[in-house]
Order: sequence, then structure tokens, then C-alpha cells
Amino acid sequence: MAEHAAHTDGHAEHKLEIFRGLVKFKTNTQKIWGVLIFLSLVTIVEVALGYIKPDLLNATFLKLKYLNWIFIILTLVKAYYITWDFMHMRDETSGLRRAVVWTAVFLIIYLIAILLVEGEYIYEVYRDAAVSTDF
Amino acid sequence: MDSTVASTGTEEQKWGGGTQPLNVSYGKMMMWFFILSDALTFTGFLAAYGFSRFKFIEEWPLADEVFNHFPFLHGTDAPMFYVALMTFILIGSSVTMVLAVDAGHQMKQKKVAFYMLLTVIGGMIFVGSQAWEWKNFIAGEYGAVTTKGGKVLQFLEVDTGKRVALQDFVEVGTREVAPYGNSQGIWFQSSGQYDATYTFEEVKKGFEANPNITIRTQQLIVNEETGASEKLVLSRADALVKLNKDGVGVVEGANLTQNEYGAPLFADFFFFITGFHGFHVFSGVIFNLLVFFNVLLGTYERRGSYEMVEKVGLYWHFVDLVWVFVFTFFYLV
Repeated sequence: MAEHAAHTDGHAEHKLEIFRGLVKFKTNTQKIWGVLIFLSLVTIVEVALGYIKPDLLNATFLKLKYLNWIFIILTLVKAYYITWDFMHMRDETSGLRRAVVWTAVFLIIYLIAILLVEGEYIYEVYRDAAVSTDF
Repeated sequence: MDSTVASTGTEEQKWGGGTQPLNVSYGKMMMWFFILSDALTFTGFLAAYGFSRFKFIEEWPLADEVFNHFPFLHGTDAPMFYVALMTFILIGSSVTMVLAVDAGHQMKQKKVAFYMLLTVIGGMIFVGSQAWEWKNFIAGEYGAVTTKGGKVLQFLEVDTGKRVALQDFVEVGTREVAPYGNSQGIWFQSSGQYDATYTFEEVKKGFEANPNITIRTQQLIVNEETGASEKLVLSRADALVKLNKDGVGVVEGANLTQNEYGAPLFADFFFFITGFHGFHVFSGVIFNLLVFFNVLLGTYERRGSYEMVEKVGLYWHFVDLVWVFVFTFFYLV
């Protein structure tokens, strides 16, 4: 299983370390199962938090509850491992990685920032102005 | 510099041609760029969802009240467990997909075929689960009253605070269908509401006859003790006034113009985003099936490369990736 030298698609080897080298797998198959376990754990934590909804996490930071911050951060963590290990982004050249990931990250942050600020503004119009349900 | 020399002297260097700065095949690179553009499409949808939610931040439905069904556990309150299960199914099929890719690297035809088959089955289960989810969402559970301002009023018991379905306290009155008949198309105007079991007047009568029922509005308020967001519950007296003053119609389940859960946009985005994602899963299943048959026929064995498995694999993982975000923003946050 360990010999991946016969790749036909130009990759030399799979990089088998995750968590910045904290965990190193012996084979690619092992890494796949390892990442599955990690993603499952994260999902279980998400569902448990969503079910229990601890009162402790209802305080807000930057208008967002701690609980929602945790959900969003855990989602990004999952997205990272799906992209890096299932989609083999870890093994691609930095050029391809940056062309895809940076473009997406920049445009997504841009779009979300504009739309959420706008949504908040319209909420305030509804709340403070004489208009009720108009648009 | 010898600017007039015909030979540029760059043949051996970076710009001499023949280099592959990204070191991927054309097909894989284009799949990545397609995924990038598709990711931006989904971003547009989810950001629009966020926009609408911020716009109606004080009256958005609580997701764990809406999605609380689980197969074979009828009547049990199981918030999000079913979507969590769907998430595991999709991640699981992602794993079998990546195992197929790995087996492809080792040119093991039978192993690739086996894992591709598992992936296809996982995808089909997921699409089926989504259909079930839609069915529950469209059918609804409790029913509600719509108001003049386009909001809904939901009913609950005064002493327990539990939701009450319309069928538990409303009785269907007489319907005068016979004098008109379907062909005139007006029978529902005079003797009932065409898209609901009950008329508003019947709900009102049932409400007045049951003193243990009160109304919950769409309004979200913050519980002072716990800090959690809750729907505003009216006192019985206020509820009677509210129902008589603002109530206009009855809504059961969900469609594109109104739903019993709250803001109409909530259902619109639910249908649109999960529908678009479900369509991606469906097309992914089709692609995976095609590749599965090609693996069986030995197409890639003859070609000497299983890169096609890798390319559909990228698409399949992307579908999983999108679901991770849909799961968070529709069901958790």
C-alpha cells in the first residue's frame, strides 16, 4: 500500500502529515480514515452543542453568539480538511492552491461583508423608520 | 544586452515553454476552476440567505423547531439528528470516493469499482433523505394563522408551553361544494380556504372555545436568564385581541409564498438552496455512475490512468463541502 511511486498524474507522493506534522500517517488510506474520524468528531461536537445550547455560550462577540462563532469556525475547519485531504489540495503545487483558494476566500469575504452590512441596515430601517413591510 | 540576436537564450529557462507551473492535467485544473466558480454561486445563495436573515433578524424561525423529525420516531422531538445523519452519510460517501481515487492510483480495477459503487449508493441515500426532509417541511406539522402584515401566529398550550396543532382544537365546518362544482372554480371562495383544511373563522371559534390555548408570534426575544432567543408568547387576553384584529387566513405546511414556520423567505431559501444542492448531488450520482460503468468496462485500464475517477471525485467532494456549509447556516446557526 505504501508505494505510490507509480503515479500517473504527476504527483510525486501524498503528504501524510496533518495538524502541522502532529499526526503522521503511514499510508494514504490510513490518512483518509484518520481524517474521517476527525471530521466525524467535529460534526458530533457541532450537533451536541446545537442540541444542548449551553447558556454559557449565549453571550455575544461582535454581535454574534459564541455558539455561532464556534459553529462557523468548526465548519471552516471541516472545509479545510475536506479540501486539503479528500480533494488532495495538500499535494498540489502552491500555484494552483493559491489560484483556487485565495480567489474564493477573497471574493466570499467581500460578498458576505457587503450583504450582511446591507441586511443589517434594512433591519434598522424596518425598526426605526415609519415603513413596516414595504420591500 | 544583445537585443538584436534572434536566439532568445531562454530555451532552457522558465519562459522557454514546456514547463507546467501548476503541474496538473488540463482536465483537473479546469475541474478546480469550475468548482471555484460553483463555490461562488453557492456563496451568492448563502450570502443572500444571510442578508434576508439579518433583515428579519428578530423574527426568523428557529431551525431546531422546524427540522425535528426522524424516520420511525413519529412525534418525537429530535432536532437536527436527521440532518446530522445525512451529514455522516455524505462524509462517508466522500471517504469511499477518496478510497476509489487511491485504488485508482494503484491501478486496482476491482477495488475502484467497489468503492465507486458504495459512493453511488451513499449519494442515492442522501438524495432520498433530502426528499424526505422536503416532504416533512412541505406538509408541516402544526399549522398557523396568517396576519394582515404577512406574519404568522402559532398556537401553544398555556400551562405546558407546548405547540398545539390546528387539528387538536379546530373543527371543520360545513363546506358548500355541491351548488357550484369544480368547473366553476369558485366553490372555495365562499365555503372555505382552498389551500387549507380549516377556515380562519373556524380557527377563531376553536380558539375561543379552548381557554388553555394561547398565541406565539414570530417576534424573537432574548430570555433574560439564559440569554437564549425565544419566540414571544402572548397572554390569553392579548392573544384573543391579536387574533381578532390581525388574523386573516390559515396556513398549513410550506410553499413559496407562505409557510407555517414564519418568514416566507425562510421557506424560499430552504427550497432554493437545498434544492440546488440536491441537484448537485443528483448530477454527481449520475457522473459517478457513468464512471463506475467505465471502470467495469475497463476504459481506464486501457487508458492506463484512473484520472477520470479523480476528477469526478473532486466534484463529489465539493458537493460534500457545500453541504457542510448548508448544514451550518440552515440548521445550526
